[in-house]
Amino acid sequence: MSLLHLAIFSPFLMAMLVPFFYKGLRSIHTGWFVLVLPILLFTYFLGFLPITRNNQAVEKSFDWIPSLGISFTAYVDGLGLLFALLITGIGALVVLYSIFYLSKEKESLHNFYVYLLLFMGAMLGVVLSDNLITLYMFWELTSISSFLLIAYWYDRERSRYGALKSMLLTVFGGLSMLGGILLLSLMGDTFSVRELISQAGELNEHPLFLFAMILVLLGAFTKSAQFPFYIWLPDAMEAPTPVSAYLHSATMVKAGIYLVARLSPIFAFSGYWFWIVGAVGIFTLFWGSLNAVKQTDLKGILAFSTVSQLGLIMSLLGVGAAALHFDALDDNIYTAATIAAVFHLINHATFKGSLFMVVGVVDHETGTRDIRKLGGLLGFMPVTFTIAVIGAFSMAGLPPFNGFLSKEMFFTGMIQLLELNIFNLQTWGLLFPILAWVGSVFTFIYSMMIVFKTFSGKYQPEKLDKKPHEAPVGMLISPMILAALVVVFGLFPNLLSYSLIQPAAAAIIPSLVGPGEKLSVHISHWHGFSTELLMTIGVVALGALMYVTLSKWIKLYTVFPGKVSLNNLYDTSLYAAERGAYSMTKSYMNGFIRTYLVYIFVFFIGILGFTMWTENAFTFNQNNLAPIGVYEIVLVVIITAGIITILMAKSRLTSIIALGAVGYTVSLFFVIFRAPDLALTQLVIETVSVALFLLCFFHLPQLSRHEERMGFKLGNVLVSLGVGAMVTLMAISAHSNKMFDSISSYYVANTYEKAAGKNMVNVILVDFRGFDTLFEISVLAIAGLGIFGMIKLRLSKKGEEADEN
Amino acid sequence: MKTNDVILQTTSKVVFFMIVLFAIHLFFAGHYNPGGGFVGGLMTSGAIVLLLLAFDIKTVVKGFPIDYIILVGIGLLFAVGTAAGSLLFNIPFFTHAFGDVTLPVLGKTSLHTAMLFDTGVYLVVIGVTMTIIQTIGESE
Repeated sequence: MSLLHLAIFSPFLMAMLVPFFYKGLRSIHTGWFVLVLPILLFTYFLGFLPITRNNQAVEKSFDWIPSLGISFTAYVDGLGLLFALLITGIGALVVLYSIFYLSKEKESLHNFYVYLLLFMGAMLGVVLSDNLITLYMFWELTSISSFLLIAYWYDRERSRYGALKSMLLTVFGGLSMLGGILLLSLMGDTFSVRELISQAGELNEHPLFLFAMILVLLGAFTKSAQFPFYIWLPDAMEAPTPVSAYLHSATMVKAGIYLVARLSPIFAFSGYWFWIVGAVGIFTLFWGSLNAVKQTDLKGILAFSTVSQLGLIMSLLGVGAAALHFDALDDNIYTAATIAAVFHLINHATFKGSLFMVVGVVDHETGTRDIRKLGGLLGFMPVTFTIAVIGAFSMAGLPPFNGFLSKEMFFTGMIQLLELNIFNLQTWGLLFPILAWVGSVFTFIYSMMIVFKTFSGKYQPEKLDKKPHEAPVGMLISPMILAALVVVFGLFPNLLSYSLIQPAAAAIIPSLVGPGEKLSVHISHWHGFSTELLMTIGVVALGALMYVTLSKWIKLYTVFPGKVSLNNLYDTSLYAAERGAYSMTKSYMNGFIRTYLVYIFVFFIGILGFTMWTENAFTFNQNNLAPIGVYEIVLVVIITAGIITILMAKSRLTSIIALGAVGYTVSLFFVIFRAPDLALTQLVIETVSVALFLLCFFHLPQLSRHEERMGFKLGNVLVSLGVGAMVTLMAISAHSNKMFDSISSYYVANTYEKAAGKNMVNVILVDFRGFDTLFEISVLAIAGLGIFGMIKLRLSKKGEEADEN
Repeated sequence: MKTNDVILQTTSKVVFFMIVLFAIHLFFAGHYNPGGGFVGGLMTSGAIVLLLLAFDIKTVVKGFPIDYIILVGIGLLFAVGTAAGSLLFNIPFFTHAFGDVTLPVLGKTSLHTAMLFDTGVYLVVIGVTMTIIQTIGESE
């Protein structure tokens, strides 16, 4: 257990203390205590920068379940550190923001901060684990804590719906990922990511490779809200805004991105990886931005924009795999995509975090997030407006903000694909830049909507609950810091290039970086009149035109019927699954014992018959058969007559008497087969049970006492004939297959010698195998007590009912 | 109409002892001849049932003031006790012992611990059958 482990576990430890702060120190907002931790962690992780700058890593390990090869190995390299800094840095800002956002009096803050810290610790665990099982554990912890955070206002129906939806989808993905992890460990015989990377070449040849890849990608896509699993993210917007800002923009939804980036060295050589990750990403980008424009809720727009931006990063990671097929590092232009992915990851976390906080401020100060009600807030909230402009313009990809740079790099990456001639890119590769460009146009439109629909236009005070005014300073600090970062990274992008971006990119494509080498990362603002710049100009021009004419074509969205949507598919399939399971259970669990008996008997016939048939088990051996005497024949006739009488009798009384006759005949059989003890016992017991049957008969209710013959049902006849035939066949086969001699000769020899008795049956019962008898008398005792209890309890119940009446 | 059961009751009194004697015979002879605790117990309760038929439940309960559920318990204790007794002598559970013992009054007698176990069976069977019959008989 090192300091690094302690750092990862510290949020969990802190989460235990939160309720005490909340109960003990009511006068101070609990958030202030929590705030200390992410700041400390952030500075702690900053200390790793000098190490990772040189593409080196820190590894600390301690055993968890060593016998299964499961250890908790903390591994800090460029990629892990980048995420750790994002998590702790934005975590600190979100906690600060939440102090002003959540009321000390009205909200149950202890729950909020416990969940949030749980999430922070889990997220740190995900990005810093080298062992895949540990990673999976933290992964599910993020699902659970995010479920708790989405349903923070659990008295709202929409919150519960959103939480359940995100839980179902992300846990579905998480479990698929576990399957992928297990397959990986089967192939590579280890859970360690780095050891798997070192075997990447052999794994690529393995027949399970594709399955493992698809399962792992399912986990990554559901977590990172890729098409078609993005549907949980818009519904997760019912969470408090700090949660949306933290989980659903900066951290949790990037867990899938992290996973893809982390496992790229294993999978990226494959063409499937390139196509699946790249195509799903680019389509998600397009689809998310297309859908964002029709939203009327600010958080809805941001949710779809997050989906779209995550798709962008994902597609860059997929396309970045192309770099692996060109060895020379010096002029490998395809590494640009990976670098762009890392850079945009940072940028997105900054601008999207600030935008969510801005929306939270607007919601907090006006009481609504509906853009149809908002407008003209510029005069009331100038600071918020400024932050919104910076964030949104960066998201739209306008200079001089950081979004511009990463958007340019994104276009570069997509255009370069056209020159590739691997993976069938000659034919389908053109789709990438086209979808990217169209997606960017829509991104531009919704970014403008966020700013101008909210802050400019007509002020509509009659639609607002509150009189708007500027937010408190404390609430603005966090978005201001993030917006400042947007500008700083935009103006001086090379601050990041060798400290954060290069090590992270090198961790994604390690095979291209030799020892002591570095990827060349240089981000420049001005790279001449290239295709990328022309594309951006096109985006701005068309985007501006379309934004101005928005009211004319927004109705196009209603052309598509609302029923044809993935949400609807999710809802109906969930409903259908529930209905289906219900009706299926209802169809075979119908509550009738006779039906269940038919199931049991049919399975009995089916399974035994099938086994007998496939194993060719039926044999008939006539040796060992004793001669049949006259007495036996007579008794068989009697017993058959008795049985037929039971089945055909009109009156139940006749059946009972016939049953007694069968019982006495059985005891006669015992007599002629020389079993006096059995005959004695059978006689007495048959008498007693017939008496009990008569008792039951006597107490039948008068009303429904029908004197009629048992009805004829062909199904029942067939089943009973089948069971009878089956048992007969089995008995004949068993008798024909005497494998070895009986052990009874031992009893014959030793009954007197060892047990001092002459009645062998009794000696076996009380001496050789007395243990059975002990429990048989226990069974009797239980039966007696049971009858006693049932009758006595029934009487007392009757008494009570009488009292009530 | 008041019935007079004098013949039934008198015969029952006589036959009762015969049946009980037969039952005890079955019980004791079990180790050498057909019989044993189970049939012996059933026969004994059969004798009591005869009394129940001839007289009413109250009279029989007065004659045999036994709580049959406790009898079941005692029987089970006998059985488990016999089986566990062997553990005291550091031999496996349920090992019986037998031998000839010279008793003060009876002289040389052949004894077997299996008999104690059979006594347990005997008592449980009487207890259970009588419990069942009495509870059903008393219920309305």
